Amino acid sequence: MALSREQIAQRVSQELQDGYYVNLGIGIPTLVANYIPENMEVMLQSENGLLGMGQYPTEETIDADLINAGKQTVTIVKGASFFDSAESFAMIRGGHVDLTVLGAFEVDTNGNIASYMIPGKLIKGMGGAMDLVAGADNIIVTMTHASKHGESKLLTNCTLPLTGKGSIKKVLTDLAFIEIKEGKFHLLERAPGVSVEEIIKLTDGELVFKGDVPEMQF
Amino acid sequence: MAGFDKIVSSYEEAMAGIEDGMTVVSGGFGSCGIPENLIKEIYRKETKELTVVSNNCGIEGYGLGLLLPKRQIKKMIASYVGENGEFERQMMTGELEVELTPQGTLAEKIRAGGAGIPAFFTATGYGTLVAEGKENRRFNGREYILEESITGDFAIIKAWKADRYGNLVFRKTARNFNPLAATAGKITVVEVEEIVEVGELDPDQIHTPGIYVNRLIQGTFEKRIEQRTIQPSSATTGE
Repeated sequence: MALSREQIAQRVSQELQDGYYVNLGIGIPTLVANYIPENMEVMLQSENGLLGMGQYPTEETIDADLINAGKQTVTIVKGASFFDSAESFAMIRGGHVDLTVLGAFEVDTNGNIASYMIPGKLIKGMGGAMDLVAGADNIIVTMTHASKHGESKLLTNCTLPLTGKGSIKKVLTDLAFIEIKEGKFHLLERAPGVSVEEIIKLTDGELVFKGDVPEMQF
Repeated sequence: MAGFDKIVSSYEEAMAGIEDGMTVVSGGFGSCGIPENLIKEIYRKETKELTVVSNNCGIEGYGLGLLLPKRQIKKMIASYVGENGEFERQMMTGELEVELTPQGTLAEKIRAGGAGIPAFFTATGYGTLVAEGKENRRFNGREYILEESITGDFAIIKAWKADRYGNLVFRKTARNFNPLAATAGKITVVEVEEIVEVGELDPDQIHTPGIYVNRLIQGTFEKRIEQRTIQPSSATTGE
């Protein structure tokens, strides 16, 4: 079975470490916040100027001056800090954020990512995504492996305008956990019940693997 | 106006001197921390042919979105312009020129502009459409692109509190681009929720020193919320 959005988020959460500062993008990455292990301290960075993002507020605590990068109302955790946008991107560009999780339309075997624009259709802008992929060393891209029509999103060359060049090393799809290195997709894990053959069929770029590819554990 | 007292008595006075064709740098992220009444004053004055620099361009009928129906903006420099139908329409028809700029690069362009630095190198955008026509240079084995800084004829700012001298304190994530924009205007105009007497603000807690501020006015704010999300989180992820 392909992973649900929640399961993708849950698998990503296994990559968290105690003491990590983490930036979560809009969509599936946001859900990772629901799966932070209880014995772990993780601070969420929101690029509009907040380190230490908490849960959504209640009707009583809602505050128009307190939002996340997706413009949603949020709260803060103890130990949080606020700062301006230049400072926020100093953290990001300067490589101070330990893990970045973001979505994409396409990734390719050279680690290129396209995530912000479909010419003629969707032109909303890149927001902070270009800075995040350029600045972070440890990035996990979450996405569906293929479109609804079965077209692979893991390509030899991205077809859409790039968000970043050569910056992606890890991709978690609804079917597989993949590492990108030496110009190839390396299949590390597969979703429970999904065969290697199915993954190969839906992967356009060159995919390699060693021996029996383990199933993801939840 | 006496000495360092920056207070002006009306929004008309606050935006006096803004003319067609000028560049306006605005604070705000989404609808959070936007100088909503200063924007309304530009709308009222029907100033046109503006180049506007802001992370976003408001939503229809609110924030910078107010300046769209009368075609007051000629060029928009922003990182994200979604959720605004009229903006999209004007962009698609070519009525509105749009320079999409990565958010961190935009912040740094404004910061650098205000700090007297004409340009800087960043890895952000290398190998993308953003890099087109820009100089590349390699430092320590990595490619960077040259980005030029931004200043404005006017900077319009929303802060939380100020003293009469224009020392500013921002509140929570309403800070965002505001302190940067405040440094980048030939004339920097600030509207706040509360003005206190000089000496009441703790000098250690001032985010923007009054040296950057030319005009100051106290206003009342609608503070519209774009994505009203409340607990439980599983039902309200906005997806």
